[in-house]
Formats: sequence, structure tokens, C-alpha cells
Amino acid sequence: MKLFARKPLAPLDYTKRWSLRAWVAGVAFFLYAPLIVLFVFSFNDSKANIVWKGFTFKYYQKVFHNGPLVEALGNSLTIAALATVFSLVLGGLAAVMLWRFRFPFKAGLEGVMTLPIVVPEICLGVAMLVFFHAINWPNNLPWPFSLGAITIAHITFCFPFVTMVVRARLASFNREEEEAAKDLGATEWQAFRDVLLPHMAPGLVAGALLAFTLSLDDFVITFFTSGPDTVTFPVKVYSMVRFSVTPEVNAVSSLLILITIILTTIALKIQGSSTPAGAH
Amino acid sequence: MTAPIIQIRNVTKRFGTMVAVDNVSLDIVPGEFFVMLGPSGCGKTTLLRMIAGFELPSEGQILIDGQDMSNVPPNKRPVNMVFQSYAVFPHMNVIRNVGYGLRIAGVSASEISERANEALALVKLDGLADRMPDQLSGGQRQRVALARSLVMRPKVLLLDEPLSALDAKLRAQMQFELADLQDRVGITFVTVTHDQDEALSMASRIGVINKGQIAQLATPSDLYEYPANRFVADFVGSVNIFEGRLTVDEPERAIVDCPEIGPVYLNHGVTGPHDAAVWVAIRPEKISLCKPGAVGTVDAPDGHNIGHGTIVGMSYLGDCTLFEVKLTSGRMIRVSRSNISRFDQDDFNWDDPVTLTWHGSSPVVLLA
Repeated sequence: MKLFARKPLAPLDYTKRWSLRAWVAGVAFFLYAPLIVLFVFSFNDSKANIVWKGFTFKYYQKVFHNGPLVEALGNSLTIAALATVFSLVLGGLAAVMLWRFRFPFKAGLEGVMTLPIVVPEICLGVAMLVFFHAINWPNNLPWPFSLGAITIAHITFCFPFVTMVVRARLASFNREEEEAAKDLGATEWQAFRDVLLPHMAPGLVAGALLAFTLSLDDFVITFFTSGPDTVTFPVKVYSMVRFSVTPEVNAVSSLLILITIILTTIALKIQGSSTPAGAH
Repeated sequence: MTAPIIQIRNVTKRFGTMVAVDNVSLDIVPGEFFVMLGPSGCGKTTLLRMIAGFELPSEGQILIDGQDMSNVPPNKRPVNMVFQSYAVFPHMNVIRNVGYGLRIAGVSASEISERANEALALVKLDGLADRMPDQLSGGQRQRVALARSLVMRPKVLLLDEPLSALDAKLRAQMQFELADLQDRVGITFVTVTHDQDEALSMASRIGVINKGQIAQLATPSDLYEYPANRFVADFVGSVNIFEGRLTVDEPERAIVDCPEIGPVYLNHGVTGPHDAAVWVAIRPEKISLCKPGAVGTVDAPDGHNIGHGTIVGMSYLGDCTLFEVKLTSGRMIRVSRSNISRFDQDDFNWDDPVTLTWHGSSPVVLLA
């Protein structure tokens, strides 16, 4: 029995065990080591980028002077922003509809709405390609209309995520608050704007964040819907990697991670401050 | 009598096949504190929500201040509601909550601020104007909801179970405050509750509702002392009900022969169906608990209004003690006894044989 004769610990004290701490550290290392390596090697003064040769910023400079790459980044950010806005409106309204109303085939519609989440991306990509070809989508439009096909494709798989997040948020809404607003003279729209929308806000912020990041780093679906003049950032990076993995790719990736972290932080800040004190 | 502020005319409400409100007609006059009392699921909240406009009657119509409300949405009705959950807007501070209706109505900022502060003072919340709802207690949130409705100066204020979420002490205090508030603002209050104490203490008139129908409309004391039927007698307060036959029914006296407790004498006529089955209701506090061998009360003939039994249960409640007495017929009867002296609780004990007596004015004869 000596084997099990451990000192008893209170549940919240488990983190004091070195074995558990080591486990947590191991998991963290497994998750983040590749990212750290990527980040560190973006400063590597070597073309082959296999062994460390010395510190340099020159690949970051190179990134900003790489015209096609910057253009691709611009495309990606534009698409992500557009897709986010449309997904928010569509997804938010879909969530309200599914939460609020009862209608025939509601369960069916719910299922269909989550389809873009569960359908393999590759299938969705091929489907988009076939679809845009079948309807003869023009591919010689001026920028930013040339991004239309990709944006539409992105909205398709982004808005169900917004719907899911917002709907979860709506489940905690007290219907009497909406009735109270109407009782005090608010119209349907005023009650929505003044009571329901503020309640949905954290869900909308979270949904927007999801949509933006999903759109920003989507490769598969974009690959099928992008034309020669509408290369997005992930597609461009992929084509760069096909030649060689230079520190430039690392630098680009590091920048992308940075953008994501900054956006996430901002979103969390908004979410954190909007709930209790946003009324002033 | 003044013209009614609310007229409910033959209103029926069905949810699918379920009839929630069944052909109810009811007038509520201005300045009343009207309470709809009934068990849960009796349709009282549905009736209130129909007045507010959140439900539409399946049949019949509701008039507020003489105007048919059939096609008037909730936001256009001259009534305001305090919800059971209070429904205070969590993302607005107290003063913005209270001013919400006025902002919607497009009232000027200075008037909003003036009226909102006035309303807050009315519910004794002055000084908490800048608090957020999550920094308030349940009782304070309810006051915010009250102020938010009162600031609109409605013709009728509707309250859905206003006290059910408060603890006992606060509830007792709020009962008086609500009645007092109603007195001061002079607005008609219509309240829904399942709690008879709440109804009796606040109401100027009570409508007891059972299975979607009005079982009785009366003032609190009439409801308690002159219940119209067995449901009301049993639902409002505690009561002993015996089945019997009306054998004597004269202008000055009546006798009901109850197999379980013997002949019951009443010092007034009941104008009931002669020799038909009726019910006699006697409140526990209107029965005297005596030592065995006591004679009946002087106002009843010998052998009437007297019962014998043994104490099988007691619960001491401080101000009074409740006794469960098993009569010789085997029937249980409930008697309450005020503890007038500090030694009263020692007078009777479990298994003591006792005699019960009551006055000729105590029983009520129920025909339904």
C-alpha cells in the first residue's frame, strides 16, 4: 500500500504536484514549439533556413517590398472584412430567426445551415468552382469586385459559425426584457435595437472574430475560387513554399500570427468591457 | 359607480385545445387595487398578459378606458407592466432603465431626468441612479421595474407575481409599500398572485380564478368570511368542510345535519334548497378548543355546534397553535388557538380528549 500513500491534496491544490505541472508544460511545449521556431527563424540570416546563421531583419523588409505578397495580403484582408460583415448580418439574423420563431421544416433548415461546417472543405471548394463556372461568373472584373467569388464562398462557410455562437448567446435571453421594452412603448425594431442587440453583442463579437480568422487563413476553398489576379495570402504563401522555404515565408507567417493575436485581444477587450459598463 | 377603466367582456383564450381563460367577464374601476388570485395554471397570468397585449383573446374583447384594445399592440396601450422577473435591462444603469419609456416617447431630456428622478424617489431608490442592475438586490431591482412603469403615468399598472421572488421579511414590507404607493399615485393596480396572504393584505377587491373562470369576486374580508363555494373557502385560508343536509331553514335560524360532526346550528337563514346536500365550512380560528365536558356555546341549542375528539397533531407557530383533532366519527378537524398568554401552549397536549364548540355565526353554508 506504500505505493498509494500519497499526501492528500485539496482539489484546488492539484497544481502543486510537479507531475501535473510537467504535464501542462509538456502540452504547452508541444503546442507552441513549432510556432516559436517559426518566429525565431524568421530572423535567420540564411537562405536555406535550416541552420541558424545570425540575426537579421532583412526578410521582413523583403516582405514589405514583395509587391505580389503585399497585394495578396491586401486581398485577404479585404475579403475577410467583407465576409465578416456579411456573415455577421446573415448569421445574426439567422440565429434570431431560429431562436425566435416556429415554422415548418425548422429542424431541416437548422441542419442545412450547419452543412457548410460539416461538409469537407475540399468538396465545398470543388462545388464552388463548378457553381461559379456554371453561372458564368465574370473573372475580368476590376478590383475589388474581382474578389466577389471568393468573398461569396467565404460567407458561405463563415456565417453558420456566427449563427451557432449567437444562438448560444440568445439562449440566455430573458424574453420578458423584450416584452418590457414593448410595454414601455418600443416598437419591434426599437426593442430589437435597445434590448436584444445589446444582449447579442458578445456573441456577435465572438462570431465576427471567428469569421474573420476563418476567412483570413482559408486555403482550400479559396484555392478553387481564386483566379490568376485574385491571389490571397494563404494561396500566395503556398506558392512561395513550392519553390523554397525561405525566412521570408517565416516572416510573413509571423506577421499573420501577430495580426490574429492583436485582433483577438481587441475583440476580447471589447467583449469584456461591453457587458457591464457599456451603458454609459 | 364610476365608469370601469378595464372591461373584460366574455374573453376566452385557447392554446391549442387547452382553454386557459374560459368566458371571463370582469370590470375593474379606476383607483382599485385589484388582485387576481388563483393556483398556478388557472389562467390568471394569461388574463393579465391579454390586458397588456402580449396575448390576444381567442374570443371576446378587452376595453381599456372605454376603447377596444383588439387591434392595439402592447406598445400603444395605456397600461404598463411589472414583470415577474422584473426584466430590468441589464446593460442600462438605473436612471436609464427608468427613463427608457420616456426616451422612446421622445420626451425632452430635461423632463426625462426630472420625471425619472421623481419616480426613483417614489420607490425610495434615490441615490442609486447610477448603479447597474447587477449591483442591486432583488428588492431594489423590483423597485427599478416599478419606477420604470410608474414614470409612464399609465392608467393601469399590471403586476405579475410582484412579491414571489422576495424573501419573507421583504415581502411583508413590500406588501404595505405597494398598497401605500397605490394610495399615493392613485393609479389602478391589477396584480396576479397565487399567494392568498398577499392578495388579502393588498387588494381592495379580489377575483379568485379557478380553471380559467372567476370563482368569486369580492373584497378580501368578504372573500374570507363569505366564500361563495368550496373552492374559494378552501383556497383562501384554511377551512374545515363538512357535507350535510339542510333540515331547518328559517329567516332567523338554520340547521345543517352533518353526519361527521353532528347538527350544525346557524343563527341566520341561508335560503338554500330544503333537505338537499350542502356543505358547511368552519374556519379553524372560529372553533374553540375546550377541556372535555364543556357545554356548547350559549347561542346554539343543546347538542348543536359541539364536537368531541382527541388531539392527534399539534404545531406551535408562536402567535398561535394549530391542532389536528380526530373526532369520534373518525373525521379530522383543524383548530387554531391564539396564544394569548405565554403559558397557553401548556394547556393541551397530544392524545388529550377535547371538546370543540363554535358560535352560531361561525359556520358558512356552501351550496356548491
